[in-house]
Amino acid sequence: MMSSVLKTNALESEAIYIFREVISQFEKPVLLFSGGKDSITLVRLAQKAFFPAKIPFPLLHVDTGHNFPETIAFRDKLVEELGLELIVRNVQDAIDEGKVVEETGKYSSRNSLQTTTLLDAIEEFKFDACIGGARRDEEKARAKERIFSVRDDFGQWDEKNQRPELFDLLNGKIENGQNVRVFPISNWTELDVWSYIEQEQIEIPSIYFSHKRKVFVRDGMIWSHSPFVYQDEDEEIEERIVRFRTVGDMSCTAAVESYAATISEVVGEIRASTISERGARIDDKRSEAAMEKRKQQGYF
Amino acid sequence: MEVLKIATAGSVDDGKSTLIGRLLYDTQSLTTDKLEAIEKSSKQKGYDYLDFSLATDGLVAEREQGITIDVAHIYFSTAKKSYIIADTPGHVEYTRNMVTGASTSQVSIILIDARKGVIEQTYRHFFINNLLRVKDVIVAVNKMDLVDYSEEVYNKIKADFQALNAKSSYKEQNVSYIPLSALTGDNVVETLGKMPWYTGQTILQHLEALESKDVYDNGKARFPVQTVIRPKTEEYHDFRGYAGKLYGDSIKVGDAVTVLPSLTESKVTNIHFFDQQFDEAVAGSSITIELENDINVTRGDMIVKSNELPRVEKDITTTVCWMDSKKLVAGTKYLIQHNTNRVLAKVDSIKNVIATDYSGTTPASQLAINEIGEVTIKLSKPLYFDAYNDNKSNGAFILIDASTNTTAGVGFIR
Repeated sequence: MMSSVLKTNALESEAIYIFREVISQFEKPVLLFSGGKDSITLVRLAQKAFFPAKIPFPLLHVDTGHNFPETIAFRDKLVEELGLELIVRNVQDAIDEGKVVEETGKYSSRNSLQTTTLLDAIEEFKFDACIGGARRDEEKARAKERIFSVRDDFGQWDEKNQRPELFDLLNGKIENGQNVRVFPISNWTELDVWSYIEQEQIEIPSIYFSHKRKVFVRDGMIWSHSPFVYQDEDEEIEERIVRFRTVGDMSCTAAVESYAATISEVVGEIRASTISERGARIDDKRSEAAMEKRKQQGYF
Repeated sequence: MEVLKIATAGSVDDGKSTLIGRLLYDTQSLTTDKLEAIEKSSKQKGYDYLDFSLATDGLVAEREQGITIDVAHIYFSTAKKSYIIADTPGHVEYTRNMVTGASTSQVSIILIDARKGVIEQTYRHFFINNLLRVKDVIVAVNKMDLVDYSEEVYNKIKADFQALNAKSSYKEQNVSYIPLSALTGDNVVETLGKMPWYTGQTILQHLEALESKDVYDNGKARFPVQTVIRPKTEEYHDFRGYAGKLYGDSIKVGDAVTVLPSLTESKVTNIHFFDQQFDEAVAGSSITIELENDINVTRGDMIVKSNELPRVEKDITTTVCWMDSKKLVAGTKYLIQHNTNRVLAKVDSIKNVIATDYSGTTPASQLAINEIGEVTIKLSKPLYFDAYNDNKSNGAFILIDASTNTTAGVGFIR
């Protein structure tokens, strides 16, 4: 009989290791699920970490109410297929309760409003570890993130006073009321994620592939035409062949023109691309320190 | 895809950010929007060159002060490999950050300004790379354009560094020397022909030729158990798998193993990775192992080959790098995290502080932040370990302050 040797993918192995540390070091972990490719990849890695047992924590989706319908449909199907527990908390509820005020105007988005809903959910369920799909290559403030990133009772990130992380030794000890944000794919790049999706044949929402969409162009970016996205009268609707490289909600994610209809075409496009993924994130364009400021306030 | 982890240390003045920026730029890893942001920002600050530190210094405070404070992670890739750079500040007050960056890296780049030569900071960088046993060190003699690409200057620096290397405790370390100009890009990715006397590799050629191996891959097989997987489903009713990451060496089905600390002997019956089974797993794999007999194994236990037992002791002699503003003094208690095991520990004595410039040790009774010294520790339970020099993963630990929960220091068992 041929002897089989497991070939190891260093990034995958690291992520699985991190997942296993989470369930060993924390009592109430949760996986923050947005329906985007990074959180879908996390679900696959979690499956691998605990197989043949089920994923031992629920998914939490903070729904801005402005998501792409394709993402929501995909989310529900995935949860059903894997028999996972899904918790949904809505930004709309925080708006209705007067906890947050909806932004108005041309660049209004509910993206930063998610923080309040997330922090409320953490408190409601007493989550002590929130696993997220953020990657260090995405953005310069995220490049400074730890794998176990401690947040105080107010959900704040103290970027100047982070715990050193040495070797594989992750220190998840916290006080009551604190929580840790965990980033298993910290060291992955956008291309690593796409290559993994291709290799593992992971299903992802259809909006990542080329499709016809009603859009308008503002500041050189392609915005979705939708009741959730503010649009000036002189901003003309047109139909273009586009896809999304990154999926936040409709008000903070711009499309790219593309004919890539399969994963391998998408991977080819990313390899050749000269624009970074977050170049299509309207939320990052607000200022040079936009991400750092949001993170200090509890954004994931 | 192969992944190679690199550590860099230094200040803005060394041209470290320029070197990293150059690596990114010349491997086409800097995307148009990032490059535009750098151009815009450099212009605003009135620079007439591209200030790549704006890509590496991610925090507002760092950009304001023009310094690197914390470890940043930078990614680039070639057709052959993915590279992860742990970029750290070089000043003495950031020794702990350098140690952190070096702990996960296989290669270190030590930058030397050709005009200044080997200076105190060079000693410190090299010392840390010796202490942590980083496999490959690249001595990058930068700013050759400012010394007229002089072979003589380069040779002098190389000789000075070789003299330093003679004091190293880690003789197997591969040290290579490369003269370059990060500003012009000479010998970073390509050779521009200004230094015909140098016939060696460029930085990237050197990195591409290195074999990416797990940084801990230097010893015997050690399998610290992270968690026990018991699905309790109909299909897997009796399944009991031990999940963890394998270090040091490979493990095979049929291997006779011993579980620590109970010293129970058993045999590997199955190696699982997700829904597949394998006969063998190599170091670095996150796997789930099944053992022959139904024995009691929990998190914190370690599975090893029966003929390769580690040391089991309650008193350990260590080299500690202190990372907390509260000083380390004898008699205080800390929690030690060693692999997946946590043990209460008492600092028995502090012997000395080790100078990072190779000038020796001075007797001391405490360790302040960023100091490195010899410390003896008493443990409430025996630890199963190897000397750090024999087996990295099984010889390193962190000290956790139970009152603040912070990671207060890192230790290397002798």
